[in-house]
Parts: sequence; structure tokens; C-alpha cells
Amino acid sequence: MLKAIDLACVRGDRRLFANLGFNLEPGGRLHVTGENGSGKTSLLRILCGLSPPEAGEIHWQGEPIRTLGDEYRKAVLYLGHHNAIKEELTALENLRTTAALAGIAVENEEGTDVLARVGLAGREDLPVRFLSQGQKRRVALSRLLWSPAPLWILDEPFVALDTAAVSWLAEIVGAHLTRGGMAVLTSHQEVSIASGIEQFLRIAP
Amino acid sequence: MKADALNPASSLAELGTLGVLVAVARRDLLLALRRKSEVMTVLFFFVIVVSLFPLGIGPEMGLLRTIAPGVLWVAALLAAMLSLNRLFAADYADGTLEQMVLSPAPLGLLVIGKILAHWLVTGLPLVLIAPVLGLQYDLDGRALGVLILSLLIGTPLLSLIGAIGAALTLGVRGGGVLLSLLTLPLYIPALIFGAGAVEADISGLGAAGHLSLLAALLALSCFFAPWATTAGLRIALE
Repeated sequence: MLKAIDLACVRGDRRLFANLGFNLEPGGRLHVTGENGSGKTSLLRILCGLSPPEAGEIHWQGEPIRTLGDEYRKAVLYLGHHNAIKEELTALENLRTTAALAGIAVENEEGTDVLARVGLAGREDLPVRFLSQGQKRRVALSRLLWSPAPLWILDEPFVALDTAAVSWLAEIVGAHLTRGGMAVLTSHQEVSIASGIEQFLRIAP
Repeated sequence: MKADALNPASSLAELGTLGVLVAVARRDLLLALRRKSEVMTVLFFFVIVVSLFPLGIGPEMGLLRTIAPGVLWVAALLAAMLSLNRLFAADYADGTLEQMVLSPAPLGLLVIGKILAHWLVTGLPLVLIAPVLGLQYDLDGRALGVLILSLLIGTPLLSLIGAIGAALTLGVRGGGVLLSLLTLPLYIPALIFGAGAVEADISGLGAAGHLSLLAALLALSCFFAPWATTAGLRIALE
């Protein structure tokens, strides 16, 4: 389904990686590891199409993602270092605009329901700046509960979460894989995700 | 927190392309409502700059009438500049811009939504307050009407052109100064035809010619500006 062929990435004068390839099938999970600055985030951004690779191709269902356009963007959920939420807006407003950007209409009741499931019941009408770092991360992670995208690209999703939330997130990702979804993720923490075929990709110069 | 109650979007309705545009515009309006100071800064800047001239020059009605169109328009340009560097900066900093680029909806459409909200928040208030300020310059009713009309056509033009500059200078250190240097020259046609319309009306030549040229510029930039802005944003994110 998702296939990377001979990817290379150059940042400034430095070659971060070259000849990097993998193949991810439904139910598969790619765990990208490497030291700080090795190019994990760069790889993830290349995979979701935010920046073009220096060399190589990425294929989704046999087609290069450059030619797929919105068809590929519909299939991808990207969660970066930034939460992509607005401090002035409430959790519910943030959730609804994020959903709208992904082309999905979420009503107030559905949104409240989703926020309750990420453990923010009763806080949905509070401006996000009053929430803690971990709670903000949960608002961002609530996307995982309504997104129909089969490919999840998660950059350090476990950062700022408490242990209960970490195992909850691992369960969510596991359930996604069981349904035939795919996930590419980076993490410095040891997290056990029960289901899915796990692959490791170590980025080394 | 329950993981078992997963219910992926099968039950959720899809949003049309226009719905996405409206959602982006509504979000930016909501943000402007929560950060009122930013909107007020632009408006107060406009009011104060325009009001300083009559105070400095004194009650020479003839002179004031002559400089009125130019002063009002230059002040509008500078006020529009003030708010430009924040057009994309916040979205860039908090990662929302990445999500916009990754949205299935065309980026150009989302950009139009943002520009629309920017105009409603910073351009429209200038149009509405301009006739009141015009009174300080002893403009008659007709000239004030032309002034409103020229600003009504002209301020969206300022937002559209400014968006290109804001996208090109996104993430650049000292981008604010660069933005002014880049955008102000592009504002010159709007200034010439906008201020020219009011001047032509005062001197009895009729403003129709200037206004139609201004409208033509608006139509042209409606088409090209979102496209150029989109290209600029993609470069900034790479």
C-alpha cells in the first residue's frame, strides 16, 4: 500500500539519509527510530507530502503520491510536533475546525462525545490556553477518533501524555491496525502496541 | 478514556469544498473576536494618522480638500500593512498551516477563506469609518460616497496583494520590514486609482473611470493572488 523507494533527504549541506525504502501493508506499523536530528521528522514530512524528497519516490496503492493529490491527502492523517490547535478557541471549536479542514462536518454533540472519550468531559467549552500541556495534546489526538484516514503518520505522539493516556493511545493505534489501517510513528518511549505487524526503520547517516 | 468505543467517521457527514472555505473564514473571525486588540490596533492607527493631518495643517479648507483622498488612502495602505504579518504567522507557528496544506480541499480555497476573514476584520472597518474621518477634510456628500466606494473596492485588493507578501515572507527573520518593502510597491496602482477616483470626483471629472480600473485590478488579483499565495506558502513549509 505505502511504498517508499530509495528516498533521500538533504537539509542544508547535510545528507540526512539516502537509499531508504520500506513497504507498509494494511495492518502494518512502521516504527522509525534514530538519534535526535537524524531526520525522523523530515522523513515523516516527506511521507505525508509536505516536502519533496531529494531523490526517490513514494507510492500509495501503486501510484506516486505526487500525481495523486487530494486523493492521497484524504488518506493521510498527520500529527506533527505542533498540536495545530488555537489557544483562544475552546476544545470543541478546535475539534470542529480541524475536522472541517479534513473535510468532515462534526456536530456539537458528536464533538462533545469525542472529547469525553479523550478524557476532556466538562472541559469542552474552556479556551484551550487554560488546559495543561497533556490536555492540549489530547485535544490534538482527538482527531484519531473521527478520522477516516487509513494511514496515520504520527510524530512523537506519546510526548506530554501520562501513563494512562499512553496506554490508551497505544490501544487506539492497535484498534486502527486491527481494522486494516496503517501507522508510521516515531517515539523515544517504549510503547507496546498489541496488534499489527511491526517493522523497525533505523535512520543512520 | 475508552479505546473500545471507537467509531470512525462512518457516521459523520462530509463537508463540501465551500463548507471548508466557510469554516476557515469563521475560525479566523472567531479568533479576531477573541483577540480584539489586534483589530482595534489597525482601526485606531487609521483614525489617528488621518486625524493628525488636519491638526498639523490647520483650518485651511482648500488645502485639506486637496490632500484628503491621498491622506485617507495612504493611511488605509499603512493600516492594512500593520495586520499583514499576522495573517499566516500564527497558523505557521502552531502547525495549523501544515494541516491546511494536507487538507483534501484545495489550499487556494482555504487561502481565499483566510483573506476574506482578513478583509472583514481589517478592511471593512476602515471603509465604514472613512466617511466620518472625511468630514474633517471638508469633503462633501458626493465625494464621501466616492471615497466609500473606492475603499470598498480597494481594501479587498489590499488584502489579496498583501497575502502574497505575507506568504512569501513567512518564516523569514525580520520578515516584517521585508513585507513592507515587498508589498507597498505593489499597492501603488490601488493607491493611484483609489485616491484618483476621489480627486476626479472633487474636480468634477467623474470617478467612473478610476473606479472601473480599480475593479478590474480587484478582479485580476482575485484570480491570481490566491494562486501566488498558495505557491508562497508551499515554499515556506518545505
